[in-house]
Amino acid sequence: MKTGPAAILLAIGAYFGFVVAVAQFHGVSALALGLPSGAIATLAAGCGVAGAIWFLFANDQADSSAPWQVMAGLGVLCLAFGSYYGLFVAPPEQYMGEVQRIMYVHVPTAWNALLAMTLAFACAVIFLFKPDYKWDSRMEGAIEVGVVLAFLLCCQGAIWAKPTWGVWWDWDPRLTTTAVLLFAFLGILALRRFVEDPARRAIWSSVATIIAYVDVPIVYFSVRWWNSLHQQQSNPGTVSKQFWLPLRLNAFGILFLMVAFIMIRAQLATLRRKQEMAPPLPEVAELGEAV
Amino acid sequence: MLIAALRKELLLQWRSRTQIMAVFVFGATSLLLFSFAVGPNSEALRLYSSGFLWLGLLLSSTLTLAESYAAEMENRALEGLLLLPSDPRALYYGKAIANWLQLSMLGIALVPVMVVLYDAGTTDLLRLFAIILLGAAGLSAPGTMYAAMTSQARAKQTLLPLLLFPLIVPALLASVKATSLVILGDPMRQLTPWISLLAAFDAIYWSLCGLLYSRVVED
Amino acid sequence: MQDTFAVDAQNLARRYGRRWALADVSLQVSQGSVVMVAGRNGSGKSTLFRILSTAIRPDHGSARILGFDLVRERYDVRRDVALLSHYSYLYETLTAEENLRVAAEHRGLSTSGLRQLLERVRLGQRSNDPVNTFSAGMRKRLSFARILLQQPRVVLLDEPYGQLDPEGFALVDEVVNELKSNGVTVLVATHQLERGGRIATDAIALEQGRVIFRGPAKECPSC
Repeated sequence: MKTGPAAILLAIGAYFGFVVAVAQFHGVSALALGLPSGAIATLAAGCGVAGAIWFLFANDQADSSAPWQVMAGLGVLCLAFGSYYGLFVAPPEQYMGEVQRIMYVHVPTAWNALLAMTLAFACAVIFLFKPDYKWDSRMEGAIEVGVVLAFLLCCQGAIWAKPTWGVWWDWDPRLTTTAVLLFAFLGILALRRFVEDPARRAIWSSVATIIAYVDVPIVYFSVRWWNSLHQQQSNPGTVSKQFWLPLRLNAFGILFLMVAFIMIRAQLATLRRKQEMAPPLPEVAELGEAV
Repeated sequence: MLIAALRKELLLQWRSRTQIMAVFVFGATSLLLFSFAVGPNSEALRLYSSGFLWLGLLLSSTLTLAESYAAEMENRALEGLLLLPSDPRALYYGKAIANWLQLSMLGIALVPVMVVLYDAGTTDLLRLFAIILLGAAGLSAPGTMYAAMTSQARAKQTLLPLLLFPLIVPALLASVKATSLVILGDPMRQLTPWISLLAAFDAIYWSLCGLLYSRVVED
Repeated sequence: MQDTFAVDAQNLARRYGRRWALADVSLQVSQGSVVMVAGRNGSGKSTLFRILSTAIRPDHGSARILGFDLVRERYDVRRDVALLSHYSYLYETLTAEENLRVAAEHRGLSTSGLRQLLERVRLGQRSNDPVNTFSAGMRKRLSFARILLQQPRVVLLDEPYGQLDPEGFALVDEVVNELKSNGVTVLVATHQLERGGRIATDAIALEQGRVIFRGPAKECPSC
């Protein structure tokens, strides 16, 4: 895969993102090519995510053309603007006040944590059908970064819960599901550390990832049911229109950073496996490292 | 072929029946210990009895699940069966059904212990046993799968609970809730949704794990 | 069918961690022949046999056993191939007869001839004793009975003489000769060259995962 299409997708996403922002602040919709604003926002988000993931798959092997620093820089930039806007420009929320500003990182973290786990799941499924070790490296990177994001999510959830409900931990279905997800994927990382044979490790952790990922919706619904009698489901995710900009900017900031980190971890995983495995034989070297 | 696999598992279990007795004693001991965590408060003990029963069974299950692979790995007998050839799915379902029966028996055997220790009895034994059967099925399907991996890895004793416990949260939740509804009464008629959730969990994992098992045991 | 090779392997290779246990082995064995595979410990004999019996996959190369592909048609290969491995594949807590019955039931065979089979490997007296009371040589005999039970068309014997007494050696030779007269292809991995040379017609020798000799068994270089 080449980096070119990724850059084009990202550029389209950035353009439509800019259009959305301009339309919101100045009421100008001349740049929108006649599309309705909802469609533009969806298009911007879709292109941004697709571009980031394309960039990841094009450059996460050791011999990549575009370095991870590109994505990391983009991510820091988005995160800086989004956080500045969210902390200083956007007005405080009507009912919850300043506390609500944590949503500008909390919600994007949640989206990206789920995205990272979904990415890991997709890599696991692909690996089982098409045994190429680069999918194993990607899966490891996605799980590691996903675990970090899930951990951050639990911390932010606790910070949010304390002033809002007066307790550090609330058995909210989303928070609880995140915690279960965190431990399930930590278990898979542990499994990877305790299996020496790279082929077995790759297959087993793919299987474990599929099994754990399928569990996520079941956990969510069971906790929601379990908790439904105790308290009304609160919904801190509802965000009115003027809060969209910092939320979206931060979401893309974290997405780009996540991609950068997954790239680093995937490259590391590939290098580590090369250390563990005998180099390809000279006469069969052209076959690559398929299983 | 499934019959052959199941017969083999039951024969192996019968030969290691002293081990099963030891696991039962372990489960009963843990039920005794849980009551010390609450203190001599008979009201609270009764309230939490179903949770303690399922935690006791869950802790015991890690022992029986790991044990069900000990005989297979000793002389690589599992590989021997695969080369005969045997269908990996039949081997999986044979082992999963055997583990399910064993865990169900263990759960049913722990009920009298729970009744005596926590004063948490019920006359609706049919429902209670049905819940134990469904809950044990939820433990056995992913447990048999994960034990196949961990029995061949380093640090097997740590790894199995690490993988299994987060996964079976929904099954545990549903089993505990349903059991306590049977013991403490069900004025709001909530039992059916919990049992359906448990059945759905069982259906998903019994089919998914059967599908993936051959990838785990074959090279 | 007679013109297909019993074993037809090209460029088989398999790595274990940092080492290529089998580097590049090509091999053709015609049906009904007895071939000795010689080589010192760690030369790749066991890895080759484990690949040919589909216990493990090759990392490179391909092979056909009686025309069936080793990777894509595993199930068909396994029907025809029996492996005597250095793992006994036995359940320790089951008796000799129960071990054979488990194997027969999984393969869908009748369980009536198990007694005769145990007599055949001189275990008739101990057929109702659990395997964990058996000596290493007795386990080997029981594994042999398990191979015969499978009625295979290709037999891979990995160190069949190990742990056996002289009476056991004679038993192995007798069994191999009988298999041969029934048209079964036999591969014997051993470093007991004079023993192997007596039953085998052809031989290959492995060194560091490669073939270093092909030819008549009598001329096989000692390693």
